[in-house]
Amino acid sequence: MDPLPASPLPNELEAHRAYLYRYALLQLRDADGAEDVVQETLLSAIQSKSGFAGRSSLKTWLTGILKHKITDLVRRRFREAPPPAYDGDEDEAREYAEQHFEGSRRSHWLNAPRAWEDPEQALAQKRFWTAFEACVGRLPEQTARVFSMREFMGLSTDEICKELGISATNCWVVLYRARMALRECLELNFFGQPAAGD
Amino acid sequence: MLSCREVSELVSQSLDRRLGLVERWRLHMHLRVCDACRNFRRQMAFLRKAARNHPALKRKD
Ligand SMILES: [Zn+2]
Repeated sequence: MDPLPASPLPNELEAHRAYLYRYALLQLRDADGAEDVVQETLLSAIQSKSGFAGRSSLKTWLTGILKHKITDLVRRRFREAPPPAYDGDEDEAREYAEQHFEGSRRSHWLNAPRAWEDPEQALAQKRFWTAFEACVGRLPEQTARVFSMREFMGLSTDEICKELGISATNCWVVLYRARMALRECLELNFFGQPAAGD
Repeated sequence: MLSCREVSELVSQSLDRRLGLVERWRLHMHLRVCDACRNFRRQMAFLRKAARNHPALKRKD
């Protein structure tokens, strides 16, 4: 008879709580929600008899559980407050285009994207991440959640559509607007600013 | 010729789905002559890279 796979000890699990919390907070941007999903993750890890068989690192396994818990929570929240349905709303689309593009067909940039100086190097700067966080924080809540699932969790748009019950077209529009807003916000608050030696 | 608005939408979608041959060709033709959209495309790629390198996702073991 095979030995039972070792169930991770609570102490081993506790050691990952801080990381899991940071991860959840990044996705959810809500301290209470993040606490909850981390708690649920640790609980189901303790209860799981067969899940962790040492095939992956404990952290990878826990992060996998956490992703499911986060997705569940986001799905529940989307049910309470669905994201705007962009596909098919022509008035809304026109209004958005007018805010960002000019010309009779709204074909040219109102504020053309400028060249950013050495963006790679920004990734190592604290000041950049402060600006980045602030910019993501300014996105509409549901937009930020879709963006997080796509870019931080790395889910495909297919997975996101399925999980949240939104159309692929709508998903692309939500992501487009998130990126447009982030780009503008970073250009205004970081890349347009003279570096303050850090 | 695609407009800058259409190009910005396609560039964003190229991060989420595989563009068709015709889409890629039209994108290419526009990007050849438009600095603003080239900047935009670089910035979109950078946003992706930044998000995937977010400090909160760093695994300090
Ligand atoms: Zn252009």
